[in-house]
Amino acid sequence: MSTTAQMASNAGEAPVFYLTEDHHPENGTLLGFWLYLMSDCLIFACLFAMYGVLGGSYAAGPGPKELFDLPLVAVNTSMLLLSSITYGFAMLEMQRSNKIPTLIWLFVTGCFGLAFLGIELTEFHHMIAEGAGPQRSAFLSSFFTLVGTHGLHVSFGIIWLVVLMVQVGQRGLTAVNQRRLSCLSLFWHFLDVVWIGVFTFVYLMGVLR
Amino acid sequence: MHETANTTSFLFGRLSWDAIPFHEPILLWTFIAVAIGGVALLALITRLGAWGMLWRDWFTSVDHKKIGIMYIVLGVVMLLRGFSDAIMMRIQQAWAFGDSMGYLPPHHYDQIFTAHGVIMIFFVAMPLVVGLMNIVVPLQIGARDVAFPFLNNFSFWMTVAGAVLVMLSLFVGEFAKTGWLAYPPLSGIAYSPDVGVDYYAWSLQIAGVGTLLSGVNFIVTIVKMRAPGMTLMKMPIFTWTALCTNVLIVAAFPVLTAVLALLSLDRYVGTNFFTNDFGGNAMMYVNLIWIWGHPEVYILILPVFGVFSEVVSTFSGKKLFGYASMVYATVVITILSYLVWLHHFFTMGSGASVNSFFGITTMIISIPTGAKMFNWLFTMYRGRIRFEVPMLWAVGFMVTFVVGGMTGVLLAVPPADFVLHNSLFLIAHFHNVIIGGVVFGLFAGINYWFPKAMGFRLDPFWGKVSFWFWLSGYWIAFTPLYVLGLMGVTRRLSHFDDPSLQIWFQIALVGAVLILFGIMAFLVQLYVSIRDRARLRDSSGDPWNGRTLEWSTSSPAPAYNFAFTPRVHEQDAWADMKQRGHRRPTSGFLPIHMPKNTAAGIVLAGLAMACGFALIWHIWWMAGAAFVALVASAIAHTFNSDRDFHIPAEEVARVEGERTRLLAQQV
Repeated sequence: MSTTAQMASNAGEAPVFYLTEDHHPENGTLLGFWLYLMSDCLIFACLFAMYGVLGGSYAAGPGPKELFDLPLVAVNTSMLLLSSITYGFAMLEMQRSNKIPTLIWLFVTGCFGLAFLGIELTEFHHMIAEGAGPQRSAFLSSFFTLVGTHGLHVSFGIIWLVVLMVQVGQRGLTAVNQRRLSCLSLFWHFLDVVWIGVFTFVYLMGVLR
Repeated sequence: MHETANTTSFLFGRLSWDAIPFHEPILLWTFIAVAIGGVALLALITRLGAWGMLWRDWFTSVDHKKIGIMYIVLGVVMLLRGFSDAIMMRIQQAWAFGDSMGYLPPHHYDQIFTAHGVIMIFFVAMPLVVGLMNIVVPLQIGARDVAFPFLNNFSFWMTVAGAVLVMLSLFVGEFAKTGWLAYPPLSGIAYSPDVGVDYYAWSLQIAGVGTLLSGVNFIVTIVKMRAPGMTLMKMPIFTWTALCTNVLIVAAFPVLTAVLALLSLDRYVGTNFFTNDFGGNAMMYVNLIWIWGHPEVYILILPVFGVFSEVVSTFSGKKLFGYASMVYATVVITILSYLVWLHHFFTMGSGASVNSFFGITTMIISIPTGAKMFNWLFTMYRGRIRFEVPMLWAVGFMVTFVVGGMTGVLLAVPPADFVLHNSLFLIAHFHNVIIGGVVFGLFAGINYWFPKAMGFRLDPFWGKVSFWFWLSGYWIAFTPLYVLGLMGVTRRLSHFDDPSLQIWFQIALVGAVLILFGIMAFLVQLYVSIRDRARLRDSSGDPWNGRTLEWSTSSPAPAYNFAFTPRVHEQDAWADMKQRGHRRPTSGFLPIHMPKNTAAGIVLAGLAMACGFALIWHIWWMAGAAFVALVASAIAHTFNSDRDFHIPAEEVARVEGERTRLLAQQV
């Protein structure tokens, strides 16, 4: 109060109550997207909590040791980690305003994403064929839901990636497209982080159990 | 023959003529009344030729003020449905003693108490709260709209889609018979094989998406779009409470989404999360749903604490007492609301240490709440109090809510809770805080901000009639339930054997009828105010001698809110401007950049509703088609780059010139 009053008295007139020029608040999309990601993180937190509580409820059925094929999961993990690196390359090219290299790296990212999904679906298929489907026990229910929800996110990420590639192809690396690529980048790396949680908590610790 | 059956079940899933309740006279007559009313309304709109206007100016609008008004219309309409359920229960309980079975069979009564809770929380209290935030927050912070205007429209229509599904369950199929939180194993497929729980889950999922997105929207709006000079500690209290509420929404609603999805997986896929066999654990559901559910009650009460702060300060003609403590109290409540969920089920049996922890955290919440109460009292102390309608609601709240808070502290004591758990004492307690807190606050807020939204005040006489009926009705309806609860009567009963209890239920029915009069008086108030709008016109923009920025612009606010963005120096920015003699600029207007209206929100929400309906009835082709269409429309929307326009400077000058003329008439 005192400072503004002083400022007013220094100037010798009433304080300014209205801006006479145009006022443009900062764009809030990235903050909004962060908030959305944190809310999504809570969905995963709930699924991890379910797995934490029910992960040992085998109902006399198969457990992690019989079901998990760690080498395959390691290959799968590397697919996702590599896709994060290539997405990073795409962002670097975007910042240098190189449209074609950006698109190429996005394409490579999408391919790694598809490889990840393919391996995951193969794993699911094997488990279900062995009679270890999500209905078999609470452990398998929570396993399929946690891992499947992550896979569903990756699938939507890939659809989003394709849409953005079309939009970048049509309109170039405009400010809007750069912002959208940044959002997808956050999403993609976020899925990577969640996967590291899944790999450690579900697969590694499951086999040790 | 067999093939026809197959085709029918492919086309319609489990939907058949049996789903339409021809054999239930109450539902049939309700349906006929609703159908006649609905057709009459549609005919009236058509006759007035208002469809184009409704579509262009309202349904597709991205203007936060119009979206806010639509939320409030939704909330008031759903209040009528939720209250019909309430009074039906009160009649049944006052009647069904001994040999008399009342008029509602148990399976219908159970749907009514479930629908009552779901509707009142999700489709009355939430839309009214979000509606007030929509109308008020951007104006209070000197912004021209919310951060994501299209998402705001989409959120509204998702809430409507959820509400439509709940309403549809009345006439097509049935609603859940499980209580408003649908605990498994009762809500599992084994014990609830019908569509009721599916209606419940999908309507809440769809409405929940809308709520979550509007939470994100408001946080970004408040963080990024405040007028220059408005630091966090100069924000109006209502905006502060809105910020905390939206943080709670973003941090709580995903849990609801997750837990309902898990319940749906149990029901649709046959997983074993909450089943009795194959290792499921039903108490995980109860934990998770209350990890959402407890913050939810603060999502409802915090904004109305903000309303009362604005109302008490304005009508006492004083700055709010203890602004900083009010902010800290709000933030502390926000945090603590996550540490108390287990007090809803002390009887789970998690042991003395766990129960003590949650009992103590629960009691601690009464400290910041008490601080707020004293702040309001000290604001009134030596103020020049004007007992306008919003202030009456505020005083009624302070008296009523304190009692509800104290019974809450009683319930926070685990040994006492073991006796009172699921009794009518609990019912009386939470109606005491929800009616005495949330509902009174919403009426205070609606009466307070109505002139800002509509351009004319609400009629004070009918407002006072409504207030006194609600206040007396609340006390007469729920005090008997406290008594009955202490005698050990449990909730959700549709028939009683002991005739000595009947008198209490009859008194409660009298209270419910008084509340009915209160609601009718509110509707009369709306009618009278619209009829006499010329007499009640607010041409000053500041009918209550307000203190915050929303009162600095005209009533109703122009589409762009502020011709020039205000520069804030103090708390209570508008009071400061009036006191230090601001001069409203009357020239030098600039074109204003605004978002364009769009039909995408209503289309996407319509598709989500179709998808939900198909999933409820197992019409798989339709669910798949609606989902694909939903994703495709969302993608198509991202290709639309024609999203904004400029209001020309001449148009701004014309609107502001009109206001200058009106203001000159005031003097």
